[in-house]
Amino acid sequence: MKKIEAFVRHEAFEPIRTELLALGFPSLTISEVKGSGRQKGITERYRGAELTNYLRPKVKIECVVASGDVQTVVDTILKHARTGSIGDGKVFVLPVEEAYRIRTGESGEETLQAHPGVADAEQVA
Amino acid sequence: MLRGKRLARGALAAGALALALPATAAADSLEAYGNGALPDSVAINSMWVIVAGCLVMFMQAGFAFLEIGFSRGKNAGTIVAKILVNFSIAALMFYAIGFAFAFGNGDLIGSDGFFLRDYGDPQAAFFPDGLGLSNATIESKWFFQFVFCAVSLAIVWGTTLERIKFGVYIIYAIVFSGLIYPIAAHWVFGGGWLQANVGMQDFAGSTAVHLIGATGGLAVLLLLGPRRGKYGQDGRPRAIPGHNMPLFGLGVLILWLGWFGFNPGSTLNAQDGRFPEVLMITQLAAAGGVLTAIVTAAWKTKSIDIGMAGNGAIGALVAITAPSGYVEAWAAPIIGGIAGVIVPLSIYAIDKRLDDPVGALSAHGVAGIWGTISCGFFTSPRLAQYNAFGNPDGGLFYSGSLAQLGYQALGVVVVFAFVFSLSFGTFFLIKRFYGLRVSTDEEEAGLDISEHGMYGYPEQFIPAPELVGYAEAPGSRDVPRPAPSTREVPAS
Repeated sequence: MKKIEAFVRHEAFEPIRTELLALGFPSLTISEVKGSGRQKGITERYRGAELTNYLRPKVKIECVVASGDVQTVVDTILKHARTGSIGDGKVFVLPVEEAYRIRTGESGEETLQAHPGVADAEQVA
Repeated sequence: MLRGKRLARGALAAGALALALPATAAADSLEAYGNGALPDSVAINSMWVIVAGCLVMFMQAGFAFLEIGFSRGKNAGTIVAKILVNFSIAALMFYAIGFAFAFGNGDLIGSDGFFLRDYGDPQAAFFPDGLGLSNATIESKWFFQFVFCAVSLAIVWGTTLERIKFGVYIIYAIVFSGLIYPIAAHWVFGGGWLQANVGMQDFAGSTAVHLIGATGGLAVLLLLGPRRGKYGQDGRPRAIPGHNMPLFGLGVLILWLGWFGFNPGSTLNAQDGRFPEVLMITQLAAAGGVLTAIVTAAWKTKSIDIGMAGNGAIGALVAITAPSGYVEAWAAPIIGGIAGVIVPLSIYAIDKRLDDPVGALSAHGVAGIWGTISCGFFTSPRLAQYNAFGNPDGGLFYSGSLAQLGYQALGVVVVFAFVFSLSFGTFFLIKRFYGLRVSTDEEEAGLDISEHGMYGYPEQFIPAPELVGYAEAPGSRDVPRPAPSTREVPAS
């Protein structure tokens, strides 16, 4: 089990979500976050005075998947989040020890995503 | 080249000299007052026209809040700057040439009274059969007509929110308030051929103000295109919700209040006692429009839509603008009520193809057409004769004659065609030589930061710790400051 944490531009989120849904990964969490990276930020001018704004808004996507599905999800994120300019964001993959579905008390990889894995979906198709 | 410059300097000097002389109307009324020859009625009528004009001026606040409420938070501040700049450009242009084109003498275009000068006898100048029936001072009449022009200009931009370059506002405002609006308004209610020769009835401007504005809005929208993300790859429209419905509601109510100057003030006369009746008719129509719009929205979408309630009010007020001085009170809720049905249906239909964020095409264009046409049905003979325009036997329901309906339809078609072609041409040239739209990056970032360098709601976009400010950490003095930019720039 792995957790994928991606920091992407706002406009990248909708295509990523649409494709993840189609691939069978409906479960994810997002947060509106602000952070800085290699971009320098922007300067606001307010009645003659300047205010430099280093922290830029991004969307943070969190998604826990079975280890075998990590590459599929990461590829999807990279495909839609990349514009080639500074400020596209980053993706991190972290290990996860255990997962529980609260409604039933089940645990393990089968609690992660409601749909069959990509490999299964391809077999069905 | 040198010669041209010298000529231009000479013309400028002559113009400045002419403007430095006292304005004739004010001088005349002062002189008459000194001689005890200024009738009280001048003061009474001027007072009413100015009060009504101030109510119409306040509609600028209504448009600002309506548009701000229907925009996303990142595009809220730009609307304030736009309204202030446009209102100011319109004032100067309408003073210099607009008022003369609109209300000077002539069938096609007014040709005297530029800079409110050299028009002779104030009663005989500026459309004696219309404006001349009121003895309010020329300055009151100018102010009242100027705020109408400014309302029409404000309507244009409802279709363009969240993606247009600020400079477009400035360029088009000059052309619109100096040329397009004055000529079309001259035809419809400035004594031009549609009013004097055809007999078109438009009491306060369903066509002359609202349809003209919405037509300009359609022209720019066709060249501008939708906001990013409005239409999916399958072409289906998505909602882009505005950020503040309470502000939208405040805008609607301010506009509603402004209409009590807009229609009743168009009597330009307090002494014949007509204006309270016109005010009542305006209120009845708006009431009808809100209720039918809510029912229509509930029928179509199974919800009581806040925005549609407001659009219904505006649509009904627009519709009653032309007939408000021509129909009896019983007709007002019917005219407004029909507008309240038409406007939501029109918004649903237009949204499938054209991205009109505030519904200006429906509330001002479609409702304006309906309001103008409604005179053809509902105009009462008593009021047609009192105003002395159009068929003296009244509309279809009184006279059984289609004549007035025909006059109204002709007026709508002519005004639409004229304003559309001139506006489309203007915007086409602007697009060609200057550009209409901001870049994709700027649209994503929002017009507040990209066009004005500041946010309408800084706390929403700048993290709180950065707003607090910072104490200098040891050694932080050497950190290079970022270059001012509205885009994310690479670190060097």
